[in-house]
Parts: sequence; C-alpha cells; structure tokens
Amino acid sequence: MCDQTFMAITFGPCDSCSKASPLMNIYIKSDPINYCSFCMEMMACQALQSGESLATLKSESDSLKKKLEEERAKLHDVELNQVAEKVELVSALSIRTRRVLKGHGNKVLCMDWCKDKRRLVSSSQDGKVIVWDGYTLNKEHAVTMPCTWVMACAYAPSGCAVACGGLDNKCSVYPLSLDKNENLAAKKKSVAMHTNYLSGCSFTNSDMQLLTSSGDGTCALWDVESGQLLQSFHGHTADVLSLNLAPSETGNTFVSGGCDKKANVWDMRSGQNVQSFETHDSDINCVKYYPTGDAFASASDDGTCRLYDLRADREVAVYQKDSIIFGASSVDFSLSGRLLFAGYNDYTINVWDVLKGNRISILFGHENRVSCVKVSPDGTSFASASWDTSLRIWA
Amino acid sequence: MTIRTIRPNRGQHYRPRMHCIKKLEAYMVEMQDPKSGLKGTEQKLNVTTIPHVITGQDIIAWLLNKMKVTKEEAEAYGTMLVAYGYIYPLQNHRKLVMCNDGSLYRFQTPYFWPTEKWVAEDCDYAIYLAKRNIRKKGVLEPFEQEHYTHLHTWLNHKWDFIVMQATEQYKAGKDRKKPDRVVLDCQERAYWIVNRPPRRTHSALDYGTDRLIDPTIEEKISFDQHRRMNIFYQQAIMRSKVKSSVSLGALVKFVNTYKSHDPFLAPCLPSNPWVTDNDTYWTLNIRRVDQCTKMRVERWSFSFFELLSDQRGRDDFKSFLKKEFSGENLAFWEAAEELKWGSASAIATKAAVIFKTFLAPGAPRWINIDGRTMGLTVKGLDHPHRYVLDGAQTHVFLLMKKDTFFRYLKSPVYKEMQNRALNPEPHNFSEAQLEQNSRNRSLGVHPITVWQQEEEERAKAAIASAPVDVKAMMSKIDRK
Repeated sequence: MCDQTFMAITFGPCDSCSKASPLMNIYIKSDPINYCSFCMEMMACQALQSGESLATLKSESDSLKKKLEEERAKLHDVELNQVAEKVELVSALSIRTRRVLKGHGNKVLCMDWCKDKRRLVSSSQDGKVIVWDGYTLNKEHAVTMPCTWVMACAYAPSGCAVACGGLDNKCSVYPLSLDKNENLAAKKKSVAMHTNYLSGCSFTNSDMQLLTSSGDGTCALWDVESGQLLQSFHGHTADVLSLNLAPSETGNTFVSGGCDKKANVWDMRSGQNVQSFETHDSDINCVKYYPTGDAFASASDDGTCRLYDLRADREVAVYQKDSIIFGASSVDFSLSGRLLFAGYNDYTINVWDVLKGNRISILFGHENRVSCVKVSPDGTSFASASWDTSLRIWA
Repeated sequence: MTIRTIRPNRGQHYRPRMHCIKKLEAYMVEMQDPKSGLKGTEQKLNVTTIPHVITGQDIIAWLLNKMKVTKEEAEAYGTMLVAYGYIYPLQNHRKLVMCNDGSLYRFQTPYFWPTEKWVAEDCDYAIYLAKRNIRKKGVLEPFEQEHYTHLHTWLNHKWDFIVMQATEQYKAGKDRKKPDRVVLDCQERAYWIVNRPPRRTHSALDYGTDRLIDPTIEEKISFDQHRRMNIFYQQAIMRSKVKSSVSLGALVKFVNTYKSHDPFLAPCLPSNPWVTDNDTYWTLNIRRVDQCTKMRVERWSFSFFELLSDQRGRDDFKSFLKKEFSGENLAFWEAAEELKWGSASAIATKAAVIFKTFLAPGAPRWINIDGRTMGLTVKGLDHPHRYVLDGAQTHVFLLMKKDTFFRYLKSPVYKEMQNRALNPEPHNFSEAQLEQNSRNRSLGVHPITVWQQEEEERAKAAIASAPVDVKAMMSKIDRK
C-alpha cells in the first residue's frame, strides 16, 4: 500500500524563488516542477499574456477536463459489483438501539468517539458539549460554549481533551480532568480562527495538531500549543462542510467535502489539492475514508452516497434508491469496510452493502434529522446523533 | 440604551440547497394524476362539504404500490410528505403525521408548496394572524397568540401596512363562495402550521444555519481561477493511476480478510459488550495483558500497520527486535512520528536529539539507511521542520515492513504468542442474567488515568534504561 504522495518531494528549495518551503508538485506543459504555494499563486494571478484571454483559458480548462476524464476512463476496466460477484451476501443483520443518551436540551449536531471505545463527546445547538460514558450512560463532563450551533467536536487521541467550535468561527480545545468539580471552561484554549463558521474539526495522530474546515471555504491545520496556523488549504468555491483524515500508515492526506459539490483530497504537508471529484448533484454533507485509506465515501444532499476509489481516481459506486429522497447527512464504514451506515434527513439510518451496492436494512428510531453517524473505534457499535436531542448507540 | 440586532450579521444569508424538493414535487404531481393517481371524494366537515379528500390508507397503499417498499417505510415517507406541507390533515390539523387508517387528508395547492427560492416571511405570517383576528377575535390558539404578540413588537413599524393588507384580504375572502373560502382557509392554516410550528414541535423545513455562499447563483470563473484549474487538471492527468480491477480487487480482498473481525458480521468473542452489558471483550483486549486473544494475534499478521497500531502488538514486536538487536529501526520510526505530530516549538530540540541518537556517525543507535537519504536528511536537519525525517522514516518503515515483519511472523516469539492465545467461549446469558448485567455495568478505567500511568511508565523506563529511551525523551520535551 504505497501512498504515492510521500514519494514526491515535499520540502526543499522552490524552483522559482529558491526559498526552502513545502512544495507543490505541478506541471507546466508536461514538465514537472516544484513550486511553493506562494509562487504558484503568483503564477496563477499574473496578468493575461498576449494571445491569452478568458475564452482561451476557459477552452483550455474544458479540454484538460475532458482529457482527465479520458485518462480515467482508460483504466476503467471493471465495475465494483462485477469484482464482488463471488463475495457472499451479507446475512440479515439484527441491529437494535442498545443505548439512548438523553441530556441535551436541543439539537445534537455532532459527536465523536474516544479511543477507549466507550466514551463519546457530543455538541448541540444550545452550545452545550457533553462527554458521556456511553456504556454506563453517565455524563462525565459538560461544557457550555459561549456560542450556539456547535457544529464540530472531536475527542483527542489521548482521551485527555476535546475540541469543539461552531458559529464563533473558532475551534477551542478543552483539557479534561478527573476532578468533577473543575470548571473546564477556565482552561479553554482557542486554537483555530476562521473567518466564518466552523463546520468540522479533527485531531491528527496526536493531541498537538488540529485540522479544521470552515464555512469560509478553507481547511486549515493548526498547532494546538501555540495556536499557530501550520498550513491552509484553498480550493473549494463554497462552504466546506466536512473533513476526514486518511487512516493510512503514512497519514499525510485528508479529504474534504463542500457545498460546491466537490470532494477534494489534500496533501497535508504542502497544502496542494491532489485529487478532486465532482459527481454529486448537490452539497456534500460528509466524507469518510474506507479503512484502507484507498477509497472514501461521501454523503450528499441529493440523497445518494457515493464511493470513490483514490488509486483509480474515479467514482466506483452510487448508493441510492428511488424511495430515498431526502439528503444523507453522514456516513461511516464498519470495521471491515463491508457495511456503510448512512444517516438521512428523513430521520432514518440505512445500512448499505458497500460491495454489492444494495441496501441491507433501514433503521428507524430517531424523531428528527440524523446529523451524525460514527462507528466506534473497535467496530462493536455505531452511534447516531440526531436533532431530536438524543444520541443512540446501535449494535 | 444599546441597539442589539437579534441575529448578528455573520455574512451567512443563504438557505442550503434542498435537492429533495424537485423529486417530491414530481411525486406529488404523479399522485394527483387523473389516470394513475389517487381519487379524492367529497367529505362533510362541520357544515360544509370539502371536495378532493383522501384517506391515509389510500395514500399509503398508493406509495406501497409505486415505490415498492415496506409498510414502515411508506408510513415514514407519508409522514414526511405531511411534515413538508405537501399533504395536510383535515381532522387533527396540528399533528403532522400520516396515519395508516381512515384519517382524512387533502393535497396542498402548489402555491403553498415549499420552495428553495423564498422563505415564509414574518410579515406574511403577521398578516395572516391579523386577518384571523379581524374575522373573529379570540380565535387564535395560544401559540399563535404568542407569535402574534411577538410580531406586534418587532414589526411595529410596519403594523399599519400589515393591518391594511389583512383587512383587504379579509374583504376579498368575503366575496368568495363559502366552500372555496373554507378550502382556502384550510390550505392557509396548513401552510402556517408547517412553517411556524407550535412551540416544542419541530418543523421539517428547519434546515439549521445559513450558508455563506449562495448556492443558486451562476459562478463567474475569473481568469486566475481558470489558471488554477488548469494547473490542477494537468497534475491530475500526469498523476499515476491504477486499473480499476487492481484497486477494486484490493478493496474486496480487504473485506474478505477482515470479515471475521467485524463485530457486525461475525460474533465477537466472548460477546459484544453493547449487546450483553458484559465488558469482558474490552478487558481481554487492553494493552497490558499477558495472554492475547486468538483474533487479536491473527489480526497482527494482516499487515505491519495493524501490528504497530495495536500497542500490545508493538510491545511484542519490540521484544522480538530486542532479541535480534535491531531495535533502533522501530525506535527511530517512533521518534520520527513524535516529531511529525508533536508541537511546533519542540521540533528543533527533538530533531537534535534524533540526530545525536540515530543519524550522527558513530551514534549509539545508528540506523542503516542508504547514503542518499542519509545525506538529504542530515542536510535538512540544518533547518529542521516537521517533515525533515519523512524520507528516512519511510525508508525505515518499508525496511521493517518488507523484511523484519515477515521474520517476526515466522519467529518463535510470535509462534508462542499464537499458541498461548486465548479463545474465549461465547457467552450465553439468560434473560435474568442479562437483566443483572445491565444493572452492573462496570465503569472501566478513565482514559486520563490510563494516560497518566503510561506517562509514568515511560518516565521510569527512561531513567532505568540505556541506551536512551527516545520516546520518553520526546514526550518529556513535548510537555516542557
């Protein structure tokens, strides 16, 4: 499983300005060059040369886009369900609600599991962020944010902190403590600053770095201790609604999905957009990597979930049904990658067979939109957060 | 007195796209099709007769036939149609659900269908409430009265206009025939129940926060954006791709390898803690355990990454390397990970320690990598940055993955691990036992406690061992 991004040169002297900085590997008329992001921007923004006009650039874009499609089609030799023909069918699943976590007074917008497989953090519209022990239903910590609509929350890998943010345009990290009476808000640390609402946040492999996505169309990587911006990612032309880090052993890429119907794959080191997929008909609400890191799924407002293969660089499956009309808000894979759990705006959760493309079962239970679905770290259950103010754990 | 706006202007003004509306409208048109749709009847309600009334049963039967779904799904879908305001109930007008019985419903006129383009305005709502007030004082329900008072305060500057409009509409209404008037009243009332629901009920049209960028405008792409797109397309075309058969084959292989480990597809032994309320499965799989379960040991053999991701596996691998006297590769990899994911301020110090321990000529734990990589890495360490060790780290990782890992799998250490592995018996709890389990759910250990213990162990190991435990050094520098 060789991730080609790490083979490329990512740091060194820029071919144009010779300053040592993270490099983007791009091509000028089929010649590979390495530019730093500033020189690339300069090149993009230079005035129109003689013989160039908006029309010529547009026709060049269109022809390049067509060429990319042709290149992709050349390698399209088989469909997913053909490859999966010999795979046996999934027997009927008996998934039921095992826990209902009640405690939020308002819509629950986001949740995240802790690496200990039983704790989770959830955030809601009224600004409350609650850390639960899902197994015993105990509420362990509660923080009230100074803003409403806390749309993003994440648990740190060590289990010692949580990050959350929303309409305050910031992402703050709260270190947790064993002392129940301690006021967590006192130790709050503001890490990320965006110019618009925060839609998603995630810790990287440690507590020290935070990746955020925002309504202002950008994603950013921050150093938690100093609050410094390490890298920013520009390329979306509308609000970015979701992001997910690659689980691969190299862990250098992440995928983001936005209201411009695009899902972009980024190299975290240089900030370069390495792959982009635009096949949805409406906003992409959620993106999630396949367990191997070689593919990812997206959930969109057009009611479909799609699977994209990163090595073949194309969409390989669409999970849709005529009776599913309302948008999908969230997706996650089971441990083996065979099952895809998707939460929808019509209050249901559908379980799809990733390889065969059919729906295995539909789960009812929530009384309002399902906003977030996440499988636990060891795959024994999945949790769903909903606008009906409750969270449910299913197994 | 400070002037405060109710909603601070954050620059977000646009409703999110509602792609479902087109499809819903298509369904509604089909449902009302004179040939294949539903036939309405006349119904007497109070003193008037209302035309085109349908029962819930008929709607659900039609949906079942058309969409080929289960009864539950059809009922849920019917409720969504009512919740969005395409169909409204006649009898219990406040309860927006589709009942699969003889309850009466009517189709809403397309004028009142939800659209993406415009929102139900407060001003229109005020006019509606005022109109009802004119007709008969005291006819407003308590929640409507609340809304009315609220709007009266906030739209006070427009109140004359509102009352004038309401009076006009009321007069126009009087000119209509009684049955038409009743129907229009029903439709309007249904529209406002959907768009201004009573307190503590939710509206299906609630969409959350606004978006920053208008999704409906046509994007005008400027020349610099075209240039950026061209740069992107060029590198995407040149990027090496793999045939679908190869990559999809790998996906299928992964699924087949892991299917017996997926708790949703195969039973986890002894039992899934969420199902039986017994957490033996978790206690058997913690880090510091002497005997591992068979499944866990098997999983380590799937890939080198799996072995390293499980802390217990990593510990076992470390002890194997110690026997082989080649622990420096893993130690270097761990140190490079700490550098990459650690805090920015600690990079310089960590890089210096790594150089001294692993890369300098004659270093105590010198790693054996090719000359070119070594040269580039050492040069990069002059101005250390986060990714300075990437090349060397990858080289070492691949070395371990392609060589050491396979030797580990064949080694007596691993074989012994497999022989001693536990295969727990699946639990078979009776109803009574399950009841008891649910009352005695164990609290487990808090992750913070675990983290503190690990830190202590690392500190102790750092003091006790030589050569220097690099990992402990790294985290100590981090915490400073």
